[in-house]
Amino acid sequence: MSKQGKMDCGRRRLIVATAAVGGVGAVAALVPFVSSLLPSERAKAAGAPVEVDISKLEPGQMMTVEWRGKPVWIINRTKEMLETLTKLSDAVADPKSEKDQQPAYAKNDTRSIKPELMVVVGICTHLGCSPSSKFKSGADEGMPGDWLGGFLCPCHGSTFDFAGRVYKSKPAPTNLEVPPHVYLSDTRIIIGEDKKGA
Amino acid sequence: MAAGNFEKYKSDGSLGGNALEWLDARFPATSLWKGHLSEYYCPKNFNFWYFFGSLALLVLVIQIVTGIFLVMHYKPDAALNANGVPIAFASVEYIMRDVPGGWLIRYMHSTGASAFFIVVYLHMFRGLIYGSYRKPRELTWLFGVGIFLVLMGEAFFGYLLPWGQMSYWGAQVIVNLFSAIPVIGSDLSLIIRGDFVVGDATLNRFFSFHVIAFPLVLVGLVAAHVLALHETGSNNPDGVEIKANKDENGIPRDGIPFHPYYTVKDIVGVVVFLMVFSAVMFFAPEGGGYFLETPNFYPADPLKTPPHIAPVWYFTPYYSILRAMVWNFFGLDAKFWGVVGMGASVVIFALLPWLDRSPVKSIRYRGPITKVMIGLFVICFFILGYLGTLSPSPMGEVISQICTVFYFGFFLGMPWWSRMDKFKPVPERVTMK
Repeated sequence: MSKQGKMDCGRRRLIVATAAVGGVGAVAALVPFVSSLLPSERAKAAGAPVEVDISKLEPGQMMTVEWRGKPVWIINRTKEMLETLTKLSDAVADPKSEKDQQPAYAKNDTRSIKPELMVVVGICTHLGCSPSSKFKSGADEGMPGDWLGGFLCPCHGSTFDFAGRVYKSKPAPTNLEVPPHVYLSDTRIIIGEDKKGA
Repeated sequence: MAAGNFEKYKSDGSLGGNALEWLDARFPATSLWKGHLSEYYCPKNFNFWYFFGSLALLVLVIQIVTGIFLVMHYKPDAALNANGVPIAFASVEYIMRDVPGGWLIRYMHSTGASAFFIVVYLHMFRGLIYGSYRKPRELTWLFGVGIFLVLMGEAFFGYLLPWGQMSYWGAQVIVNLFSAIPVIGSDLSLIIRGDFVVGDATLNRFFSFHVIAFPLVLVGLVAAHVLALHETGSNNPDGVEIKANKDENGIPRDGIPFHPYYTVKDIVGVVVFLMVFSAVMFFAPEGGGYFLETPNFYPADPLKTPPHIAPVWYFTPYYSILRAMVWNFFGLDAKFWGVVGMGASVVIFALLPWLDRSPVKSIRYRGPITKVMIGLFVICFFILGYLGTLSPSPMGEVISQICTVFYFGFFLGMPWWSRMDKFKPVPERVTMK
């Protein structure tokens, strides 16, 4: 290539150009591989709304339904449970639900459409574990003595009240998510949809 | 040594001799054999700690062989079968109950996973106390750190495959960790999962990584690790360079050929190791809930997290460091710093060759500061590991924070404390104590 210490600059430019074009080709070849890692069309199409019958949900009870592979809790809150919410507004990080974790119609004191019925995605906003219910107040269920009832995430100890609001200084950054939902009647809810037929 | 030129084999006229001559003229058979085994000279003073490199290679072979046979029966499918059990979970039960000898192969593989980390941790500890990472073996050490990282990935992907409760929720937590990375985080975790939740797509790609991608990289890195080692020659408990003192034939005076001397010595290690390995495999394959965790005997349930989830024991020190980070810095939340801390606690090992400024390599000729620091580091590592198996508690959090500070202090303070120590004179030749 180099004769008597002289470099053939024309050839070197050709080598550089060839390597650059080859490099672009190699990068372009990555596109189908990386895009194949994204959720498939089928995965995107899944997640149809779920219709739930809540006629058998007694006050103080909770039921779990699956929506988009995630647990959704429906809690029929008693009067006592609702009373804890106002007491806790200083203890929780986002008492007025300022962060966008709920549809506009659930941005209220109880984070629900109907005060007693809470609909919430049961996935901790920290690392995605599903919190366990610790409904009894006090130390009965291994919680601190001043516990008013709510949820405890078993993974990293985040605690939530009966409206899914996260306590202050816990790993979870935001309140639990309220999914879009709508009442078809007094006993039937559709989860995953805002308006009937929408 | 490894790069040495060896004469091609000359036949003695026998049939076997002719065959070998034919082969050697076309393939570097003689030079590979001599360069890496029969004329690869190792220091003659290797002790107990030098078993774990060859044992790691043995466990790698066990994992590959048992893995090949497990794949023949395992099905990476998260769909439910007619009995409402996920197919992947049911196929592991099928291996355990119906495949002849399947239980043994599966327990070999699951015990092998923990054994792999035990021997690799001991192998790394050896490097730490004898300064094996020091010049000229930095690259060998870096390949080793690469092996360790790939091994962690391999173990993580493998743990999802039985599709039990711990598989599912462990993967959920770890994949969500990536979402803490600013800007690209949520897309990154979506690409890893392949779905909006951990599901069938995740299971299948983890299977692919576990059985093809990562093992290939692992084997390549192991080859590079050994080749780099054979280029520089092995360190030894005295930290003396045996190549500095060669006889008239160019052979280190303190060296003995790897084969037969260390092949035979390693067989003794292999026998003892296999005794312990078999004892665990036959009598305590669950390792007291540490090797196979109890919640993993329940099929994955996306709606319910087990009351106590913890990673497998070999990840718990880093998991504790993750949990110890509870403060928001620079406007980024604690979750992100936890991920950074966890990542850094593993990657920081790669910096050791440049952090250690001690004039001698081996702990034998280093003073009390080194011994205390390494001792405390090991204690911290064990405490972090133990705390990582427990549920979070305020007390545990404080202790893990103290240990985390020391963990990083050990590395980042090393350029200073490693120089401050009192040193003993290093002998010219290796010693046989």
